[in-house]
Amino acid sequence: MNNKAKNNVVELVTEYLFTICAVIAIFAVCSITVYMILKGTPAFHSVGVLDLLFGTTWKPTAAEPEFGIFFIILTSIFGTTISVLVGVPIGLLTAVFLTEVANKKIANVVQPMVELLAAIPSVIYGLLGLMLLNPLMYQLEKKIYADSTTHQFTGGSNMISAVIVLIIMILPTVVNISASSIKAVSKDLRAASLALGASKIQTIFHVTIPAAKSGIMTGVVLGIGRALGEAMAINMVAGGSVNLPLPFNSVRFLTTQLVSEMGYAQGVHREVLFAVGLVLYIFIMLVNLVLQKMRKEASIDG
Amino acid sequence: MDSQVGISLKTKRKRPMDMFLYGLIYLCAAFCVFLLAVIIIYVFAKGFRQVNWSFLTSVTSVLQGTIGIAGNIVNTVMIIVITMLIATPVGVGAAIYLNEYAKPGKLVNLIEFATETLSGIPSIIFGLFGMMFFGQTLGLGYSIFTGSLTLILMVLPLITRNTQEALKTVPESYRQGAFGLGAGKWYTIRTVLLPSSMPGIVTGMILAIGRIVGESAALLFTAGSAKTLPNTLSQLFPKVFQSGGSLTVQLYLAATSEGDFDTAFGIAVVLLILVFIINFGTKRLASKLEVTRID
Repeated sequence: MNNKAKNNVVELVTEYLFTICAVIAIFAVCSITVYMILKGTPAFHSVGVLDLLFGTTWKPTAAEPEFGIFFIILTSIFGTTISVLVGVPIGLLTAVFLTEVANKKIANVVQPMVELLAAIPSVIYGLLGLMLLNPLMYQLEKKIYADSTTHQFTGGSNMISAVIVLIIMILPTVVNISASSIKAVSKDLRAASLALGASKIQTIFHVTIPAAKSGIMTGVVLGIGRALGEAMAINMVAGGSVNLPLPFNSVRFLTTQLVSEMGYAQGVHREVLFAVGLVLYIFIMLVNLVLQKMRKEASIDG
Repeated sequence: MDSQVGISLKTKRKRPMDMFLYGLIYLCAAFCVFLLAVIIIYVFAKGFRQVNWSFLTSVTSVLQGTIGIAGNIVNTVMIIVITMLIATPVGVGAAIYLNEYAKPGKLVNLIEFATETLSGIPSIIFGLFGMMFFGQTLGLGYSIFTGSLTLILMVLPLITRNTQEALKTVPESYRQGAFGLGAGKWYTIRTVLLPSSMPGIVTGMILAIGRIVGESAALLFTAGSAKTLPNTLSQLFPKVFQSGGSLTVQLYLAATSEGDFDTAFGIAVVLLILVFIINFGTKRLASKLEVTRID
């Protein structure tokens, strides 16, 4: 074989190899989707769609087992909503501090600290929640329910603990995305607003933040995704019973349900857990689609 | 409004709302700083005494009366090595395809959509899929290899996107120069593009390692929780196909089912030091070599 022909073969082979590498991502997403659907749907047949999704009793190991995951779905939706509602304002104001209020020196110290928060493994958040938040919540619980005869004491492993951990865990995401989108707002806009006599705060809240809205929204959606998918940390602080997501109830999220029961579940119980996984996957996919749509629109606009 | 006419231009009008919002802004920033401080101080106060040479080099054993995490350290290192050995070439290859070969069209859109989607899937879903596909369908069971294969899917987008970003910054003239001198595409990639985008690739790799070190949910049902240490080097290879709990998984088990909080905090200290070094490393690297880092 002469040199040129050999080179052509090499070129062809490398191009194919690189193409295969790139296609693996498509292959991965397809197989994850197919597997989630294949494994997640049998439970809907064996338990019944309505009994499964809207049933409120979870007794997987009883003689006559019941597999209602309605409270689990509710807990995930509530927990995510509340943690985003509280976490986003805190994160946004921190981003404002970093980009508009603090001088460079301080911002250069605080920004890396926020990045470090993002790098801390979730089991450490869980461990700290377990050691610091739960005892605190237990004290509160004892005070509030001192005279109650119906309340089931949880030792502080409750919905509030889980939501607080979630708020802390979505903070870095919201701060980083908001900060970079506020930084991207053109200086002219701010200058025009200040020149018209608006104060700095008025400029921030009436000009800069509205101008950075699309980027901030991306951060919010990323935060929603993160809160929905977080498993280990909240599993350590949320308690272990399937309950209505009330503040002082021990609760199960979609994710924590998987973490805590996947290890030993058998038969229909196992099928139902895969169904829980499928529900979670559908939620996550919806969030992903919204996110990608927003990113596409942002790249067209800007 | 009349009352303001007499006020000099030099006196600033007091705006209570502004003061209130400034207060809130400072409060929120202080909260973030306070959080990090509490986490670091508490973890180190509780766990620092625990971390010593024997903690790092022995395995917890009731018979010998030792408490240690050497097994988990070895498992974590093995998972990192295997994952990166496969994920790096694949991720870099994908980026090269997207940047150097592909023409804009349906396939590229699909690949980018898939990469974005992969990076948005939470680790518990990867864990579930890894357990079903690699563990059961491929019959690998609970093993370090199953865990690594699962994590490859998770870190792939990270490596691909950081490499892509690095390739984008290589000037077009480099390529034209190489082609003009008669170099083939593969030769150009090997000798010009890859070396000049090396900092971006390394940044992506370190970020991926950081992700692996902190990962727990994707490993619990794939790599399992064994904490034994291979006795001889020849046992190291078979260990790939046996169960092995990472540091994070051991922390989780110690804090929940085992109720061994000393070990949990000891591991937490080790993990914190590791992720801080990794975070600091990528930051230094990124600023020194002027690469954009994509988390």
